Amino acid sequence: MAFFANEQKLTIAMPKGRIFEEAVHFLQQAGLEVTAELQDSRKLVIPVENARLEFILAKPTDVPTYVEYGVADVGVVGKDVLLEEERDVYELLDLQIGYCRMMVAGLPDWKPTEALRVATKYPKIASRYFREQGQQVEVIKLNGSVELAPMIGLADRIVDIVSTGRTLKENGLVELEHICEITTRLIANRASYRMKSEAVDEIAGKFLEVIPGKK
Amino acid sequence: MAKPLGFEKPLGMRDILPESLAKQRHLEWALRHCIERWGYEEISTPSLEYYDTVGMASATLTDRMFRLLDKQGHTVVLRPDMTTPIARVVSSLYKDVPLPIRLFYQANVFRAQEKEAGRNAEFFQTGIELIGDGSVDADAEAIALAVFCLRAAGVETFRIAIGHVDFVDGLLEDVIAEEEVRQQFRQYLHERDFVGFRQLLETVAIDSEGKKRLDALLRLRGGKSKIAEARELAGDGKAGRAVETIASLWEALEAYGVTDDLLLDFNLIINLNYYTGVVFEGYAADLGSPLLGGGRYDQLLAQFGRSAPATGFAIKMDRLLTVTPSLRDQEPKRILLLYTEARRSEALAKAQQLRADSQVVVTRLVAGKAEIMAESGQGYSKVICMTEQEE
Repeated sequence: MAFFANEQKLTIAMPKGRIFEEAVHFLQQAGLEVTAELQDSRKLVIPVENARLEFILAKPTDVPTYVEYGVADVGVVGKDVLLEEERDVYELLDLQIGYCRMMVAGLPDWKPTEALRVATKYPKIASRYFREQGQQVEVIKLNGSVELAPMIGLADRIVDIVSTGRTLKENGLVELEHICEITTRLIANRASYRMKSEAVDEIAGKFLEVIPGKK
Repeated sequence: MAKPLGFEKPLGMRDILPESLAKQRHLEWALRHCIERWGYEEISTPSLEYYDTVGMASATLTDRMFRLLDKQGHTVVLRPDMTTPIARVVSSLYKDVPLPIRLFYQANVFRAQEKEAGRNAEFFQTGIELIGDGSVDADAEAIALAVFCLRAAGVETFRIAIGHVDFVDGLLEDVIAEEEVRQQFRQYLHERDFVGFRQLLETVAIDSEGKKRLDALLRLRGGKSKIAEARELAGDGKAGRAVETIASLWEALEAYGVTDDLLLDFNLIINLNYYTGVVFEGYAADLGSPLLGGGRYDQLLAQFGRSAPATGFAIKMDRLLTVTPSLRDQEPKRILLLYTEARRSEALAKAQQLRADSQVVVTRLVAGKAEIMAESGQGYSKVICMTEQEE
């Protein structure tokens, strides 16, 4: 029997990386048929034939792009990516998994400089945040190991997501300012939200039932 | 920026090659044929307009417009839409023409784009404006005509979502006292951020009844049954009147027989602060972005000095092109006529005779047999040789 009562096939974009395992576990709890293939495969497109579902495994930052262009109907993605990418998609549900914080961090003995330099994987979030604080900063975009930047003198501050704080501590950095909380969201394409409204509602309903603290 | 290379075009600009253009023209013809039968007349307006008139009144944001200076030093814009120029015409050249006025257009409009694929800076629209009729039946006419246009164009599966700006506004006014907070809620709906909407809902100091009503707003999307649900949420004020408008609109649309292609969506927000009543947006299967958009804009005409209610819609032709069947088998047959200098008059007369008979004929002068042998005739349904060697 099909997972969906209707005949609408749904394509779901899933983020590989930080929140993947937790997201797959969430899908299983919600009663979606998640094959072993999804977890182990190197394939990027994985159909679940009898459930009229199809998964696209994507880099997290690309999930909102796929959904905006409509090649995926819905997607599972962190709020950090949504804030950075500013895509035109529906943000339907807070799945309350993949919890972390967007922080400003730096060395504890740091002294203010004339032009604050900020290293981050999230240039838009960083610029917007400091602008709201009434501070003009120079943002340097990095693609990983952002914690390095203050240690080697590339930047005064970093803006990054922190979950346990261990990486920061191990690199001698301290959390200085809290920007916002980050959780994982269910997003939907503008047209799919209407054209496949039943299928989108059904999956959102299944998800809603297993969101922690929402029962 | 580096100097452009020979093949490059300004950001968002596109060439339309014969095959696509033939299809676009065919679709335009089908739409025109449909629209004209509803009594709409075609209008054309200039590509350039003053920023201070059309630019200021347009729903398009200023930073999305192409702005330049004319020789007199005025700021002019490449028209960002056709609705605003039409409002200008109706209030000036057409000011003595009695309302209602029905106009349509097939034209290109311009919007400056950020760097990304799939977003055109110049795109073609087919649209209609029904000016001077504020009734629900005018709203119904616009929506029904949109449905018939999509059918005429051959779009197989589509849906048009319908909402009303006063429903959201009225409900927010009922529940939330401060305009600033209401604006935040509107902004979340506009950004389609339901999570943000719910989070804000948890922090505001209102009773649980109010919270329930606003939360239910996010789920008010579906068929006719949603009207009753909306009525329960709305109360008697502005939101209640909006529900009654939608209810009577739905009846009119039932009379048109188009409700199977429609969807009610009470949290639909298009273009904050521009539309004033019923709004709608059309989608097609396998197309990620809306195909058409429209609604009631009763404030625009007044900005040009002729206050009048109005409604209309525009279809994006580039998107319509991707969701309609290919034209390939309808291609006209082409005949290639080869001739030598000696038989030129005879050959060209023959070509004219075939063309008069609606055939497509391409003629070419050839020097001799070798050239004729080299011609493969590819791309033609038939090759005719008119040369001395023939006899």
